[in-house]
Amino acid sequence: MRIFGLNRRIIRVLLGSQYAHMLEYRAEIALWALSGVLPFIMLSIWSGSDARSGLGLDGVALDRYFLSAYLVRQFSVVWVVYAFEEDALLGRLSPYLLQPLHPLWRYVAAHLGEQLTRLPFAALIAVVFFAVQPQAFWLPSLGGFLLAWLATWMAFAIAFLFQSLIATLCFWSEKASALERLQFIPFVFLSGLLAPLTAFPPAVRAWAQWTPFPYLIDFPARVLAGQPVDLIAGFGAQLAWIAVLLPLVLLLWRAGVRRYSAMGA
Amino acid sequence: MIQVDGLSKIYRVAEKQPGFAGTLRHFLRRRTRDVVAVQDVSFQIEPGEMVGFLGANGAGKTTTLKMLCGLIHPSSGRVQVGGFSPQRRQAEFLRRITLVMGQKQQLLWDLPPMDSLRVNAAVYGIPDGVARRRISELADLLELGEELTRPVRKLSLGQRMKAELLAALLHEPEVLFLDEPTLGLDVNAQARVRKFLAEYNRRTGATVLLTSHYMADITALCPRVLLIHQGRLFHDGPLEALAEQLAPEREVRLELESPVAPDALEGLGRLEQLEGCDVRLLVPRDQLTAVVAQLLDRFPVRDLDVTDPPIEELIGGLFRQGRV
Ligand SMILES: Nc1ncnc2c1ncn2[C@@H]1O[C@H](COP(=O)(O)OP(=O)(O)O)[C@@H](O)[C@H]1O
Ligand SMILES: [Mg+2]
Repeated sequence: MRIFGLNRRIIRVLLGSQYAHMLEYRAEIALWALSGVLPFIMLSIWSGSDARSGLGLDGVALDRYFLSAYLVRQFSVVWVVYAFEEDALLGRLSPYLLQPLHPLWRYVAAHLGEQLTRLPFAALIAVVFFAVQPQAFWLPSLGGFLLAWLATWMAFAIAFLFQSLIATLCFWSEKASALERLQFIPFVFLSGLLAPLTAFPPAVRAWAQWTPFPYLIDFPARVLAGQPVDLIAGFGAQLAWIAVLLPLVLLLWRAGVRRYSAMGA
Repeated sequence: MIQVDGLSKIYRVAEKQPGFAGTLRHFLRRRTRDVVAVQDVSFQIEPGEMVGFLGANGAGKTTTLKMLCGLIHPSSGRVQVGGFSPQRRQAEFLRRITLVMGQKQQLLWDLPPMDSLRVNAAVYGIPDGVARRRISELADLLELGEELTRPVRKLSLGQRMKAELLAALLHEPEVLFLDEPTLGLDVNAQARVRKFLAEYNRRTGATVLLTSHYMADITALCPRVLLIHQGRLFHDGPLEALAEQLAPEREVRLELESPVAPDALEGLGRLEQLEGCDVRLLVPRDQLTAVVAQLLDRFPVRDLDVTDPPIEELIGGLFRQGRV
């Protein structure tokens, strides 16, 4: 059976080739993994500040939250809009459109291949973190780990779909990727990268709940750090966002390709 | 196999003045201009035919090929390829065709072609064993070996083009659309690609529609030629008829041992250039052998060369002569 052209063999071969592809960029990916240390900077700022008490997390819990936030971020980074833009520009999109496989699958595979390449570097950062902060060491239960994994993948799916939505706008405007930069600001504040969402005033928090951002970092990070979270509400919201974004992306993609075909590919 | 009726494509291009003011004005009042790229083109191609698609730059060749493979939608007219309407891009249709664009590539730059071939085999649902056999057959024909396991970025342009061809033909398409497949290749690589296409057509009976800048590609491969000019089709038939129509004369270049006077060359075609020992003559095709024999007989010839002017020049000449 094929889903938008995809079957198990294609998944295997596509992932294999994209993993090999990303290994070619392992130096860059290692740098990205290192440069994603924003949560640790925030941790050191919060730890040395009196405002800490307002976060609702004590010392060790705060350490764990920010390490988890780092790890979740590492496995939900999305760059599909840039890859897509480049492919459209270089004309690689045209041959892909003539193959019986939805082109978006290639980008999904590329991201998963990149995550696999990132894995050892992220693990290394975690080891260093525990070496510096041994009192923060913890091992999640198997169940907790699997739930956190699932939540991270759902976060990745939301981020990927959200950015694909922006990418499809490239069919209409060359400047669409600027929107990606625009949404980065609310993302940084509302996702939980700078501070756990509990740090925000209740009004902001209530409002943020209705955006996709808290489910990208804050929710999966709390699951991973083993903090009390409403699993049903969290996974429910993640599923809801995927259910909203997926048909939207497919619809806009189809309209975009139609426009691309009219304009001259 | 291919049926085209009254096919037209009009591109709508935005007209925008440069600079910020231009952008602003464009934003407020969108101005567009229509570019007619293809106009009322009709033809039919039978299964197994190899057809050359000729025309100057900007004539509409690429646009037509893109419409035939479904990449862009016609403004008007009808296209059928193998019974399918290309613009619907059904998987069944995509499995039967391929498009190779000399300028654009599908192989992943940082990986060996073999990885991309494996992906293509999976995407087209070709069983592993069959794919391996086809890869080795096609690689033999293309004279590709260990290049398939070297990163694409380390290959020469010619090797890359051959690998692109292999990737584009792995699913054994019935219809090949080739847009300038030899562009930029050196003469040897051009000849090899040409030989390969002829052999592929012979073996598989595939239908081939090929555009090229190089007359040699067309002469070597295509008994039938479509000539398109400013979006309109104006020749559809054997190459010889076109060559005679376009270039009733051939060019003879001579290098002599010693200079001659212009009147000595009287009756031996039209004298284009005479500079010391270097002579250029235009000779009607039917007199070519006789003239060459006389030249060799009468003059101390150091070197003699007969050439067809480049296709661009021929077509340009045709339109200057107002024969259209
Ligand atoms: N995407 C496009 N948008 C607007 N005009 C185009 C586009 N593609 C091609 N054209 C124009 O259409 C005409 C035919 O182009 P093309 O089909 O590429 O010719 P050829 O392949 O014979 O060189 C040219 O005038 C070209 O400038
Ligand atoms: Mg062209």
